[in-house]
Amino acid sequence: MYPPAEPYLVAREKVREFARAVLASHPIHLSVDAARAAGYQDVVAPTTFPVVVQEHTLAQLLADPDAGIDFSRVVHGDQRFTYSRPIVAGDLLTAQLTVSSVKNLGAHSMVTATSAIVDESGAHVVSAISTLVVRGEGL
Amino acid sequence: MSVIPRVAALAVGSLIAERSVTVTRDSLVRYAGASGDFNPIHYRDDIAREVGLPGVLAHGMLTMGLAAQPVIDWLGDPGRVSDYQVRFTRPIVVPPDAGVTVAISAQVAELDADAHTARIDLTVTVAGERVLGKAQLRVILD
Repeated sequence: MYPPAEPYLVAREKVREFARAVLASHPIHLSVDAARAAGYQDVVAPTTFPVVVQEHTLAQLLADPDAGIDFSRVVHGDQRFTYSRPIVAGDLLTAQLTVSSVKNLGAHSMVTATSAIVDESGAHVVSAISTLVVRGEGL
Repeated sequence: MSVIPRVAALAVGSLIAERSVTVTRDSLVRYAGASGDFNPIHYRDDIAREVGLPGVLAHGMLTMGLAAQPVIDWLGDPGRVSDYQVRFTRPIVVPPDAGVTVAISAQVAELDADAHTARIDLTVTVAGERVLGKAQLRVILD
C-alpha cells in the first residue's frame, strides 16, 4: 500500500471538459440546473472520470524503484470502476493505491492495482482498479 | 427530468442502445488534455512507429469513456452506474485524415427485479472487430 495521494478537488469546468472529451452529452454532466433537478449538488462526473484521480496514485507505483516497473513496457490490460456514490463537482477526493495482485505469465507480468477514492469525510466514493500488463524484456 | 427505465419493463437480451461515433486525431488531443494522459503514442506518428505500433492509437480510456455514453443516455441519470469494467483487447489505430468509426451496441445481460439492477453488456467494434472484451456496466433502475 502506498501513502494517500494529494487531495483532488473536482472542479465543475474540469467535469465539463472531461465530459466533452468522452462525448458524454447528458445534461447532468454539463448543466448545474439539470444536475440539481435530478437531486445532485452539482454536475456529475462521467463514469470514467475517476481515472484522473487514480492517475496520481499510478504515478507513485510507476515511480517506485521497488516495484521495478518499466513504464515503456506497460500496457493497460483492463479497467474497472466500482462506485459507492457518483462524483460531483466540489468533491475533495483522496486516492490510495494498493497492489492487490501480481501474476507472472511467462515473460509477462500482470499487476492489479486498486485505488480506493474517498471523500473529505473519509467515506468511500469509488474504487478504480487497473490491471497493467508489463511485457517481458526483449518482447 | 429524465424517465429512468423500469426493471419490470426489460428483458434479458434486449438491445437498449446502438450508436456509431467517429474518433479523430482531434478527439485524441482533446482527451489527452482533459485526462492528463500525454503519452505521445496517442498523437505522434513517429514515436508510435518507433515503439513498434501500427500507428497512433486511441487512449484505451477514451474508448472506455465513450462506449458507456449510449447506456448513460438510455439510463437518463449518470449517477445510476454502480460499476463499469472493460478489458482492452485490441488497440484502435486512428489515421490522421478521416479518423475511425467505433460502433457500440448495448444489451441487457442480467436483471435483478428485487434489487432493481441490471448488467448491461457492450459490444464495441471497429471494422467489425471487437476492441473491448468483458465490457459491462451495472446500473440501478426504477
